[in-house]
Amino acid sequence: MTFDVARIRKDFPILDRQVRGGQPLIYLDSANTSQKPRQVIDAISTFYERHNANIHRATHELSEEATAAYEGARVKAAGFIGARDESEVVFTKNISEAINLVAYSLSNASAGFPAPDRFKLGPGDEIVVTEMEHHSDLVPWQLLCQRTGATLRWFEVTPDGRLDLSTIGELINERTKLVALVHQSNVLGTVNPVRQIADRAHAHGALVLADAAQSVPHMPVNVQDLGADFVGFTGHKLCGPTGIGVLWGRRELLDEMPPFLGGGEMIETVWIDHSTFAQPPHKFEAGTMPIAEAAGLSAAIDYLSEIGLDAVHAHEQALLADALTQLKQIDGLRILGPDQPEDRGTAISFEVDGVHPHDVSQVLDELGIAVRAGHHCAWPLHRKLGVQASTRASFYLYNTHEEVAALTDGIRQAQKFFGVV
Amino acid sequence: MQIQSLYQEIILDHYRSPHHKGLREPYDAEVHHVNPTCGDEVTLRVALKDADDGPVVTDVSYDSLGCSISQASASIMADLVIGKPVSEAMAISQEFLELMQSKGESEPDEKVLEDAVAFAGVSKYPARIKCALLGWMAWKDATSRALDEEAGQAS
Repeated sequence: MTFDVARIRKDFPILDRQVRGGQPLIYLDSANTSQKPRQVIDAISTFYERHNANIHRATHELSEEATAAYEGARVKAAGFIGARDESEVVFTKNISEAINLVAYSLSNASAGFPAPDRFKLGPGDEIVVTEMEHHSDLVPWQLLCQRTGATLRWFEVTPDGRLDLSTIGELINERTKLVALVHQSNVLGTVNPVRQIADRAHAHGALVLADAAQSVPHMPVNVQDLGADFVGFTGHKLCGPTGIGVLWGRRELLDEMPPFLGGGEMIETVWIDHSTFAQPPHKFEAGTMPIAEAAGLSAAIDYLSEIGLDAVHAHEQALLADALTQLKQIDGLRILGPDQPEDRGTAISFEVDGVHPHDVSQVLDELGIAVRAGHHCAWPLHRKLGVQASTRASFYLYNTHEEVAALTDGIRQAQKFFGVV
Repeated sequence: MQIQSLYQEIILDHYRSPHHKGLREPYDAEVHHVNPTCGDEVTLRVALKDADDGPVVTDVSYDSLGCSISQASASIMADLVIGKPVSEAMAISQEFLELMQSKGESEPDEKVLEDAVAFAGVSKYPARIKCALLGWMAWKDATSRALDEEAGQAS
């Protein structure tokens, strides 16, 4: 199937709406959350209209259908990322919860829950992250270090927005228990060599977690090739609904890890003073889960798979190359991170001399162009780059070259409005 | 453009040439506030002096990084409160806070707010209200601390 962006745009009802008094919406904030195609919206409505029931706990027909929708989404997600089977896919409310699940499971192991030593941390042990982590892949590890006495270490970021791997030999060593890193930066767009780092970590017996929130929606990602032990992503950046995320983990690890949240459905047996736990993935899914959201995620995966992630990626790379070229022509604009499309996704953060990101984005908003301004939940990265905040435009399958041109034109208008050109 | 209601000329003027920017001595309290959504920050100092009718704001100075709205708001705030009794300045601060929470529905009192009426348009942009309040909140916090300290010394 050839990639027809005009046809794709027709699938997204919101792209028809006008904003700020009649401007057509130009949505360049998909790294924040993506828009949803009709197919996903319909799947959620249909679930509520026809199949709504709780899962796994009733014998009636609706419950069977709801359970099939929920577990079907798990099978779909497993296939989408190349998991060995669906028991390696744990649903969470988002990727932050997926990462916290691993952090709190290790915390429980460290606090005395029966578990193999590789999950236990204490003083002298080290967790390695990178300076380009989103807060959701940084703060949980800071907290875990505080609870266990382990030490947090990090890869630095070079001025051109790549990981400085020259320190890898020293950073990842026999004290390293876990390495957590982002696959594709939400600020810089940088795609990191997860495999290379994971191989080094595994040689020292460490666990590896990859934050793939920004990569899974935009390119084919296979967890076997990526080489990590845990991979997290979130539904809402993937044309799916909010409220559902995925933690993929190697089954042999999930088997031995302590549970995270306690509650209904995650148990095997319960007595008044203790419990035993279900097999993965249910061991990590306490309480009523986001069932309709799972149906929506399943439809989103179907939608993207039908178009093909290769085709999506190729379209985005063309937009990226166009955007980088055009943005570089604006005087006083500095792109954070790689300014060439190689090993880079479509999140483009930039500074405009003399105009604060809030003010850039406000002028763009007036023109109907939605971008994000701020530190994008990556404050340490901004500090490292010597930038207080930045403006970020991010592209997805429904964006066009005309929208790239509108963005660059809008930035020039902002410069004019604030009198810097 | 509708955006003119947000970026009044007076706001842009204060943004380009902020008043009272740059930290000054002497001062009674210093605070550092940040807007966690964007990382904008302000370090603000307050100096108070006792008078017959209660304490008076003798000086406000600040150092800040931020957008046009937050910079201009701090500048106009300092202009407004310096030289005023603390009680009156607190009342102005309360009036400004109410204006920001008004969703564009309130008619600001120019006699009280003077140049700060220019921020009425900001109240229609929920994402920018925090920007406009950053300097004011820092001032209120610093003033409370200065008063607490004074009370502590007196007792």
